[in-house]
Order: sequence, then C-alpha cells, then structure tokens
Amino acid sequence: MWRKLFTSVPAFRALKAPCRSFKSSSRGAEKDFFKDLDAQLRAFRDKAAAAMPGSDWSPIDLTPGLPPERADVVIVGGGVVGWSVAYWLKMKARVRDGLRVLVVEKDPTYSQASTVLSCGGIRQQFSLKENILLSLFSAHFMKNINNHLRVVNEDPVDLQFNHSGYLFLASEKSAHIMEENYRTQRYVGAKVALLSPSQLKERFPWMNTEGVALASLGLENEGWFDPWSLLNALRRKAVSMGVYQCFGEVTGFKCAANLAETRDGEILNVQRIKYVNVRMPNSLEYQPVECAVVVNAAGANSGKIASMLGIGLGPKESVSGVPLPVEPRKRFVYVVHCPDGPGLDTPFLIDYTGVYCRREGLGGNYITGMSPEETEEPDISNLDVDHEFFQEKVWHRLAHRIPAFEQLKVSSAWAGFYDYNTFDQNGIIGLHPLVPNMYFATGFSGHGLQQSPAVGLAVAELILHGGYKTIDLSAFDFTRILQQEPILESNIV
Amino acid sequence: MAASLLSQAMKRCSAHTCAAVAVRRALSSGAATPSVFTRFLLKLSHYFYDVENILDWNNWLRSQAVVRKNRLFGYAQKNFGNNVAAAYYILTLRGSFRFAGQSEWFRPDSRGRFSYDFMNTPDAQIEEVDLSGTLINHNGLENLVKQNKLQTLSLRGCPEVDDWFLACLHVFGESLVELDLSHCTRITVGGLAALQNLRKLERLHISGLPRLQNPGLVRILLEEMLPHCQVTGVEYEQGLIQPDSPEQTEDHHEASTHTGLRQL
Repeated sequence: MWRKLFTSVPAFRALKAPCRSFKSSSRGAEKDFFKDLDAQLRAFRDKAAAAMPGSDWSPIDLTPGLPPERADVVIVGGGVVGWSVAYWLKMKARVRDGLRVLVVEKDPTYSQASTVLSCGGIRQQFSLKENILLSLFSAHFMKNINNHLRVVNEDPVDLQFNHSGYLFLASEKSAHIMEENYRTQRYVGAKVALLSPSQLKERFPWMNTEGVALASLGLENEGWFDPWSLLNALRRKAVSMGVYQCFGEVTGFKCAANLAETRDGEILNVQRIKYVNVRMPNSLEYQPVECAVVVNAAGANSGKIASMLGIGLGPKESVSGVPLPVEPRKRFVYVVHCPDGPGLDTPFLIDYTGVYCRREGLGGNYITGMSPEETEEPDISNLDVDHEFFQEKVWHRLAHRIPAFEQLKVSSAWAGFYDYNTFDQNGIIGLHPLVPNMYFATGFSGHGLQQSPAVGLAVAELILHGGYKTIDLSAFDFTRILQQEPILESNIV
Repeated sequence: MAASLLSQAMKRCSAHTCAAVAVRRALSSGAATPSVFTRFLLKLSHYFYDVENILDWNNWLRSQAVVRKNRLFGYAQKNFGNNVAAAYYILTLRGSFRFAGQSEWFRPDSRGRFSYDFMNTPDAQIEEVDLSGTLINHNGLENLVKQNKLQTLSLRGCPEVDDWFLACLHVFGESLVELDLSHCTRITVGGLAALQNLRKLERLHISGLPRLQNPGLVRILLEEMLPHCQVTGVEYEQGLIQPDSPEQTEDHHEASTHTGLRQL
C-alpha cells in the first residue's frame, strides 16, 4: 500500500512534465529545460552566423591556413626583413590588389627567429658607406614610424627606443681605423663624435680607460629598441594593405630549366622558379604556390633554401658550385644584474676585445655578450646557452672595462642565430645568376634588424623598378661571391 | 579607373564627407570614449575600403599640418643668414626669443603678427627661446641647430616633442643651461637618456610627463647622469608602490625610499 503511494507519486510528477520523466524534482526539471533552451538558442545562433556570408564555414573540409594557389611574389621567411620587403612592395604598388604578396613563415611562435632574439641595437658606426646609409635610412624610418605604419583604429606604434647611442673603444692598434671610419661616417651624414681617454673618463667616470686610445660615441639616431614591436608593426600594416600570411615550411621548388652558354663555352643550367612548395605544419600536406618572384629572406636558413635550388651543388669550378655562404651561427646574450652599475647614461658599449654591454630598463639590469673566436663557434643544432662561456671569456673582460661589474649576478641568458655570411659578413642582396627570379635579402650577420626597413625598400625597388633608386647597394650583389672579392666591414660585433 | 572608383567612393560616402570633418574633430580631442558617431564610422571602416581610405586621408591631412609648420626655412637661411631665419621661424610658430646682448624679447601678439625688427641685427645669436605650446618637432629643430649660444629652451606643453627631438638637442651640448620639458606627453625615459650630451645643463624641468612610470627613480637617475643639473618638477616619492592602509603608508614610504636610494 505504501509502495503504491510512492510509486504513484512519480507517475503523478511525470504527468506534469512528460518529457522530463527521468528527472528527480519538478523544480529541477524546469531549470534544466530553460538552461537547455538557452544552449539550444545559442547553438542555433552560431549555426545561423556560420550560414551567413562572411563566415568561413564550408561544407568541403579544407585544411585551414593553406596559402593561395597563385601569388605574384612569395617571400620565404617572416622575420623583420621579410615583412619589410612585403610592406614596401605593397607601398610602392599603390593599387590595392595590384600585386599579390605572400609571406611564408615556418614558425608562428618565432621561437628561433633571429629578429626577436636580437639585442635590438641600431648604429651608424660602420666603415662601409652602404651600411651607414642603410642604418641612417632605417633610423629616419623609425623616427616617422607612425606616418609609415599607422593603421586606422589601432594603437600607434611604440618602439621603446632608447637614444643612448653606441660607444666604440679602440686600442692603439686600431685607432687609425677608427679615425678613418669617423671621417667616412661624418661624410655620409652620421652624427658621431670622437673622444680621447681623458674626455671619456670625465664623461663616463664608471669606466676604466686603460688601454683605450680613442673612442667614438654616436650622438643621434643610435640606440636600441624593441624588435618585436617593429616586426608586429610592419606585419600589421602589411596585412592591412592586403599581404597574405601563411605559416608553413618551404620544402622545395618546381622550376623550368633552360640552358645558357657562357662566353667560355660552359653550359649552365638556368632555372626559373615556377612553383614554391609550402608544407603545412605537422602535416605532410603541401600546397604548390605558383609565383613569379621569390624573395629569400629566410635568415639563418637561407643556405638551406638556396641548396633546394641546386645552388652550390654543382661541380666545384662552375657557377653552380658556389653555395650561398650564409649559415647559422649561435650567439649568447646574458642578462646580468648589478646594483652599483652605470646609470642612465650607459651607451651600448663595445670594447675592442669584442665584449659588448648595454643597459636594460631602470633597475640595474644589463645585457652583455661577446662574439666567440672563429675556431670556437658553438654548436648550432639547438639554442642552449653555454654559461661557462660567460664565466671564462666574457666576465673578466667586462669587469676590466667596468670595475663595478666585478660584483654582478647573471639573472638569465638566451641564445639566437646570426645569419652569418661566412664570406665577408655583409648582406647579400640581389639576384643569383642561375635563378633569374629569386632575390636574396640575407646574410646580414647580426645587422639585419637595424638595416631591415632600408633593405626592404631596396628589394622592392629591385623587383618593381629593376634597379636601386634610393640607396645604391650594387656592392652587395651575389657576383662578388662568384668573383671572390669580399667587401669587408671593419666594425663587426 | 582609379578616378572613377574614387568618384564612386565619394558618391557612396557623400553623406560621410562632412562626417569625416566631425570625426577629425572628435578624434583629435583625444577622448578615451569616442562618440557613438565616431565608433560607428570606425566600425564602417572595417567593412568598406572607402571609409578606411577617408579616415586614412584624415590622419594624413592632420599630420601634414604639422609637417607644414616644421618645414626648413631654406630660402630665409640662404638670403638672410641663419640667425634671421631662426628668428623668423620661431615667430611664425608663435614662439618668442631673446637675442644675446639684448634684453627685450621678440614676441608675436595674440593674433600671431610680429614686427620684423629682428632683421636689423643679422649677426645677433639667439640666447633664450620660448616655444611652449607650439607644434615644433625634430624636423623644425633643423632651423635652430646653428644657434650655438642658446642657453634657455622652453618646450612646455609641446605635443609634437618626442624622444627623437631630445636626441637632436646634442648640438646645444656646449651652451644649453636650462631646459623645460614639462607636459610634453610623448617623452619617455629613452629620450631623457639622450640628455647626457648636454653637459652644461643646470636646470631641467620634467613635471607632467605621463609616460614616465617611475618619475622619482628617473629624477634620481638624471641627477646621477648630470651631476651639475638641478632636476625639478618631480618628487622622489612619485612612482613608488603605495600600500593600502594609511599607518603602514608612512613606514612603507620611509622604508621604500631608503631601499630605493640604497640600491643606487
């Protein structure tokens, strides 16, 4: 009898809410109904939005992130040089869809890209006129960066530029080179001042001037900035002008080959790139992108891209046997904390021993490092930091120059690749004789970031006008490597 | 083809051309919450290239006004000498100046008119310049670089003075004694670091700089960098992290100022 009462009660509740007969209480049943109604309405709204034009739903299951099937210019490498080329190409081709530019970048996190791992310095203290002009142009570009890279309704670009200048120190042996470079720099228009050891001591009392014969300080347009901001500003503006961005790896090229005969009777295989094979991340799927021009701005991996075209894989005496002499070289950067260190006036100090040091922020942190000897280059298979290098090679030289750094603590360190030009440590810009539609913009050996706006403009002028209009960079052509005539820069860091 | 597209764009946005002027005024007021109309126009710019182009032209026209103010007075420099050209430039910007060796200031009146008496003394170099509230930027400074006897420069409330301007001031390194940078909204610490080239500087005013996160610390660092210079406008306690309760505030104040000073 009791059982019948109890069993009749659920039946009675079931009559009230017939579709919710499995739920326990009627109040809960109503709540669940309305909660579900809300979710159902939301799902309906999402489906309606996907069905409307402007959404990217399609019944055919396409791989997301594939590059377009055709592009006019494909830029291999999404670092600061690659995006600078893309920006200037779109800037010079004023019509909105006049030129279809695609930038292919292997790593969306930029974890190994040289751009973001750089110290971010810019200087005009070079010995080659072309290098000084490139940095000067880039400094003027950054001076008016919001006129160039401002996008409607977005925040203005802030590079966090520190105008502290570079300070190069020269020993007795290299003082005459420094004086000659000073004359070239002033002639070209860089604002540099020479300081004697006594003036140096009076100006920077925290420095030990023993062994210094001459110093040159950059007064204007020199300093350091945030490379990630520049990269993002260039990327944002280029994408707003219609540049396509693709995250994938270039695994090969499909070329049309022609035979050409040199004056000596040698038969050369001239390859014209027809398709660039872009492979999607974590997948075997690739998209052949039909293109007219390819720009090799792949930084440390430019040598690999060039070898995909057979550059360097031919017989040793011929033109095709000369490889692109760009290879990755690992460099370490150490962040140290020294509470008694030099203050706000610390320039980017570069000693004649190769040690460099600059201030980072206002809290007594400094960034320091050194280029290793040619024979002791670290292993390039990974980006692990060698802390012994700091203890053995860097610290004592640093402490000799700045005595306050005898008491310091290494807070952190990182490593990055230089796209090192093993031939003469200067950029390679221009066409290869055997590949008439691939332009190089690589091999800057640590100066790529500071020269990137100017190099981008130079490559865009080469592609669109066929020659240089603003800065003449014919000295950086690939033919100097074929003729074995290096143009050496005496102020390499 | 571009012209016909342009005319189509203009026809489509004919209702918005006068709106563009309103947008310029609204956007230039620097409001943190722009009006409904401005937001509507900005939303439209996401959908229509025409609206985006018009807003782009707007920004470009506004920047052109500053460019016009800061052009190089090359003709005056060539024909009348650097000093007269610099004086003429300062007066056209609605600033004022005083020659070395003279005691009266040359100022424009409220409508921007000025007398041309400065042309009578082409050899007199400028000693004090007051450019507060003008639109000078690093390009306009080119007109003044030859004034190597300049002692006082006041840039109070100049909206276009930024870090690059400060980096260009090294040309006055041997003569500049007083510099007033208050309320120049674009200046950051990176630009103040460039003042290390002004070795003769004795008075520096840095009040009202919103982009300095730790003004007290910056004052300490500047005083260390320029030992003979007196930095005013900022208190040492500005920028310190304040705790919540008032009793702890005082202990924390003294403790943190002590540790702050000790760390240097």
